[in-house]
Amino acid sequence: MTLAAAVKTLKIDGRDCSARPDETILDVARENKIFIPRMCQLEGLSTVGACRLCLVEVKGSNKLLPSCVTHVEEGMEVTTTSERLDQYRKMIVELMFTERNHICSVCVSNGHCELQTMAQKLDITHVRFPYRYPQAEVDASHDRFVIDHNRCILCTRCVRVCDEIEGAHTLDIMGRGIESRVITDLNQPWGSSETCTGCGKCVQVCPTGALVEQGRSVAEMEKRRNFLPYLTLMRGEHE
Amino acid sequence: MSFLDMDERLIALFAKADLVYSPLVDAKIFPENVDITLVEGAVSSEEDLHKIQTVRARTKILVSLGDCAVTANVPAMRNPFGTKSVYDRAYCQNVALDPGVPDQVVPPLLPYARPVHEVVAVDVYVPGCPPSADVIFYAVTELLDGRQPALSSMTRFGA
Repeated sequence: MTLAAAVKTLKIDGRDCSARPDETILDVARENKIFIPRMCQLEGLSTVGACRLCLVEVKGSNKLLPSCVTHVEEGMEVTTTSERLDQYRKMIVELMFTERNHICSVCVSNGHCELQTMAQKLDITHVRFPYRYPQAEVDASHDRFVIDHNRCILCTRCVRVCDEIEGAHTLDIMGRGIESRVITDLNQPWGSSETCTGCGKCVQVCPTGALVEQGRSVAEMEKRRNFLPYLTLMRGEHE
Repeated sequence: MSFLDMDERLIALFAKADLVYSPLVDAKIFPENVDITLVEGAVSSEEDLHKIQTVRARTKILVSLGDCAVTANVPAMRNPFGTKSVYDRAYCQNVALDPGVPDQVVPPLLPYARPVHEVVAVDVYVPGCPPSADVIFYAVTELLDGRQPALSSMTRFGA
């Protein structure tokens, strides 16, 4: 195949864009500095389309498509912002707040939280759905890290970074639907895990205060993500 | 406290509005035909519920002020545990003298502490813990001038 044939051309928000066939709509939007909201997607990790915030409209389809897992097609016409999308995105983020017990004011990640920031960005001043108030556990058995299920949005970034980057696969998801929980090993206390290397990557990629370092007080937990693009770049070049 | 942090701007504010009811004034009964009411706190007890229903019925513009009113915030941290464990903790486990759940004076808890808008209709939401004096001043002056304040760039949950 010639290079010219390998290039796909499409329109995003009316702008002409070109892309490699293996790229997703989100990849191309990012290259063209078009912002699409997302929570589960993180550059350097595989994409799972879990949070649905990156839904976009594609001409000819009456379904909304998650841009992080939808590959580009020749002649595609994509819309990333509309009243309909805005409504769904707001609903999704509001439902994330109702699903667990997110109390921003006393959270270690207050001021550094992607969920909190996203709510503000989407103009959410209150949650229109009833809160569920589930009983959720805090596992502080690990020497250096804590998992607080009250603040987990099940984005699975931690599961993916542990498996794909660290290669330990200590973390996984147990249960189904609203009962889903992030677990360590076979649902045992984190501190007793034999597979956890203690690398802390899960903590750094977590968008909220669900995975944090021990000993952090309110608003003290800032995540450091620089390692991820670095590792991805280095590994890519040497493969 | 955040409201009082408006400092000298309070004087400008009360040139435009009368303070008819608050924990700081003598009025014991919530008056009729109130233009704007700022409500703080989650709806947590039966007393709260009766109060907010009266307030709603007598208010034109009801403002949910602060995270406790908007999200139920810290008062809602009791919700996953149920009221029995809350009563036990507050009136039995930590009490040396005559422990026991009071059956008078203290209003009974509702099963859940709820955001105000889950109980009555709310017109304006001002998140923040607390919303800053600037945010409150902006919100109130906009409302007094008949405009809907656009607050999401100024404050957020936990701010």
